[in-house]
Amino acid sequence: MTATALAVDERLLRTSPLRRLLGRPELGSVVGALAVFLFFALVADSFVRAAGLSTVLYAASTIGIMAVPVALLMIGGEFDLSAGVMVTSSALISSMLSFQMTANVWVGVGVSLLVTLAIGFFNGFMLTRTGLPSFIITLGTFLMLTGTNLGFTKLISGTVSTKTIADMEGFASARAVFASVLTVGGVDFKITILWWLGLVALASWILLRTRVGNWIFAVGGGKDAARAVGVPVDRTRIGLYMGVSLAAWIAGQHLLFSFDVVQSGEGVGKELTYIIAAVIGGCLITGGYGSAIGSAVGALIFGMTDKGIVFAEWNPDWFKFFLGAMLLLATLLNAWVRKRAEATK
Amino acid sequence: MTRISEMGEAAGTMRTTARTALVELDDVSKYYGNVRALEGVSLEVHAGEITCVLGDNGAGKSTLIKIIAGLHRHDAGTFRIEGEDARPASPREALDKGIATVYQDLATVPLMPVWRNFFLGSEPRKGRGPFKRLDVDLMRRTTHAELLRMGIDLRDVDQPIGTLSGGERQCVAIARAVHFGAKVLVLDEPTAALGVKQSGMVLKYVAAARDAGLGVVLITHNPHHAYLVGNRFVLLKRGTMTGSHTRDEITLDELTRQMAGGSELDDLRHELAGGAP
Repeated sequence: MTATALAVDERLLRTSPLRRLLGRPELGSVVGALAVFLFFALVADSFVRAAGLSTVLYAASTIGIMAVPVALLMIGGEFDLSAGVMVTSSALISSMLSFQMTANVWVGVGVSLLVTLAIGFFNGFMLTRTGLPSFIITLGTFLMLTGTNLGFTKLISGTVSTKTIADMEGFASARAVFASVLTVGGVDFKITILWWLGLVALASWILLRTRVGNWIFAVGGGKDAARAVGVPVDRTRIGLYMGVSLAAWIAGQHLLFSFDVVQSGEGVGKELTYIIAAVIGGCLITGGYGSAIGSAVGALIFGMTDKGIVFAEWNPDWFKFFLGAMLLLATLLNAWVRKRAEATK
Repeated sequence: MTRISEMGEAAGTMRTTARTALVELDDVSKYYGNVRALEGVSLEVHAGEITCVLGDNGAGKSTLIKIIAGLHRHDAGTFRIEGEDARPASPREALDKGIATVYQDLATVPLMPVWRNFFLGSEPRKGRGPFKRLDVDLMRRTTHAELLRMGIDLRDVDQPIGTLSGGERQCVAIARAVHFGAKVLVLDEPTAALGVKQSGMVLKYVAAARDAGLGVVLITHNPHHAYLVGNRFVLLKRGTMTGSHTRDEITLDELTRQMAGGSELDDLRHELAGGAP
């Protein structure tokens, strides 16, 4: 640590490890996650069994994969309301393209990646060129994608879902990559958990140890100051939107290869889920502050609440209520922690 | 041959034309549609000197900064950097040519740690390929050392820069520009929002930057601050240049009078005196 190198200043010693911990953006959410875990561990026995945890982790991973880039985007000061339906779009493109061309499904998967990245580029490009709020621009993209998903699917397959592609070439290998199950010690874990953890690690590395990470914080925390010292503000923001696209592509391929058919109306409302996970994880809604690990903890809280209610055999209708309460509590806790951390500096 | 240097020669100052100015504006104008933001403004900045630009609100000071900083391009006249015609298209390009601009409110990103702010936009890296990463140790150490050199003894370079005082933030921004080898420092109202003591601190660092051999453009509406450190004074009013003086041509009183609007101030004085019982 460099703290030792700088510790020549005796006043530094006053900053205790506890203070440093309090200054971390994800602290509030970790406390929240522990509380939720203890709560459901007490009310539902099956929750803490290995199989139960595997289910929780899977639920968390499907949200977490998207919450990571959404958190980075939020640190960069912007929203993406099209993130939820973009997942569905990405899955639909792979499926329909492969089916129509009767090509290897990997062709569809590859084209889907390009198209999904193009959607993200469009969001970012529109934002930087027009200067309109991202709320409006991505709301537009959200509506257009929702309509296109339904319209195209009905036009091509005649129904609201795609045709099966399970018998096509490349399906097995694609399924292995995006939707396989790994058995560890007799417990099944979905591969999305690995994708999720990989994305969290990658995003944390980018955020904390690369210059792009420095730029993301700066773009969200003070766009004009960043531009004045030569940060490529526009490229950073476009890159962030394309990061959301990349994750939407991964999540979309998982959707396709685990269920074989895709419902074209899916994904609406999911964008808020991702934003909530990022906010619970300590991202400041105004930008400039937050972490990728926090978004993972936020997704974990989501997964635990979602499955915990089922394990406790309660009516799942209460899920949304819990979620809302959690969001408020987490945000309040985060605000309180941050205030304390800054006041004692 | 510029208007100012001709004036300089005419005034018989010791200025030699052989010495190339770091930054030289000659008869520069800028229009926003049919609005004349700046017209016929000339100034020069030499190494180790401070050129003050004085003007009231709306005088065109911001436009002038934006042209020098590379945020806007001028519509007429010439802009030379070290004797060469320049039209920087972005702040990055201006920075690469050695012009660093420090804005009053926009100097730093408040939520980011001091060391991240210090290196923002010019982060040093180590390692290779995909493992290329920020040299965090170097960044922390350099920040601490550079600020100490400017006389700011930071307890913790990890604290968000927003927790520093306004004067300290300006100083960090100035230290940053000096560290990255800026030849010309453009300061936008560095003392405008500060108290007397903090203004003094900032002016001390401005003088330190000058002594380090930088050319400084100090934009201010405070003639007292300007006269404390300035070598040249350019007065702007409603987008045009109303005066350009070297230090030995003008007194503080005269500068204050011109800055405050000269005869307008006299009128105001009469008006106020007339209103009083």
